[in-house]
Amino acid sequence: MKRRFVSLISLSFLLFSALAMMPQSRPALAQQPTPSDDEVNAIAQDLFCPVCENTPLDVCPTEACRQWRELIRQMLAEGKSEEEIKQYFVENYGARVLSEPPRTGLNWLAYLVPPVAFLAGVFLLFRAFQTWRRMAREAAAEAGSGSVPAAPPADEYAARFEAELKKRK
Amino acid sequence: MTEALPPHKKQVSVGAQIAIWGILLGLLALVAIVLFKAQQPILRSGSQVPDFTLPLYSGYELNGASEVKLSDLRGKIVVVNFWASWCKPCEAEAADLEAAWELYRPGGQVVFLGVDYVDTEMDARSYLAKFNITYPNGPDKGTQISQIFNRNLGVPETYFIDRNGILQYAKIGPFTSLDEIRAIVDMLLGE
Repeated sequence: MKRRFVSLISLSFLLFSALAMMPQSRPALAQQPTPSDDEVNAIAQDLFCPVCENTPLDVCPTEACRQWRELIRQMLAEGKSEEEIKQYFVENYGARVLSEPPRTGLNWLAYLVPPVAFLAGVFLLFRAFQTWRRMAREAAAEAGSGSVPAAPPADEYAARFEAELKKRK
Repeated sequence: MTEALPPHKKQVSVGAQIAIWGILLGLLALVAIVLFKAQQPILRSGSQVPDFTLPLYSGYELNGASEVKLSDLRGKIVVVNFWASWCKPCEAEAADLEAAWELYRPGGQVVFLGVDYVDTEMDARSYLAKFNITYPNGPDKGTQISQIFNRNLGVPETYFIDRNGILQYAKIGPFTSLDEIRAIVDMLLGE
């Protein structure tokens, strides 16, 4: 009985110690360290402010973009994921803030046309090379045959014509 | 004469040629339409303004409503001002716009709407508080409202819509005085 009591006390002590050593999850969430510039810029580099088009948010020097970066920092500190942050920006400022257009509707053209055009170009080049090689082979065969007539004259008139030509040479 | 004829070249069928040209022309037409639309940057004076809904920041509602629809304001002069907290020229006209709102508010014939363009709510609220602005204000969600008026919007810009929902005047840039705002509104009220 006494042994069981000691075991129970030891177990309780161990459990209490383990609980005391565990990180306090709730306060830790509320006090996450301030996200660094690198963490903010990792998301900002994929976003474009409509005010300063063609300048990624991570390098844009305007006040509007500085505010956006601070908003990203704030959202990261709140524990928001990259996807959630980007979704927020799309909802509030439109899809044009994204560096890549969303894969919907006519936007698909931006993804499909370049590879299709590239493949079409490769196919056309392949066909052109085939034609050029065949022409080169035929030209070489013709040059190699020299003065040997390629084929017998088709009829008597042609034979006489060829003979006349040879006489004049 | 004695040479062999070149091998007969395989022809692409007429149907396939039509399809290829059709696709190419379709793509060109698409690009042309997109470019044409992009070159139509501004809603012209005399045009009917397409309807839009502006969500309003809490504390800046219109008659207690958390959003305002342009078509619900038919019969009133509507002044739509695009601004942003990061916009320095906007600060120059902020006090004059608020003064104009205070001037016309009692009559109930003119409504001022502040549309906050590409901004963060926290900074927008600081701006509104700094300039004691009281007229209805809200964010341009998805920049949808600004694209109705001007695809290449640069704040501040202000648009005056008459009682029939027709755009009558567009001011690009900041107002320089209260009188400048009054001159336009009074002209519309007198019509």
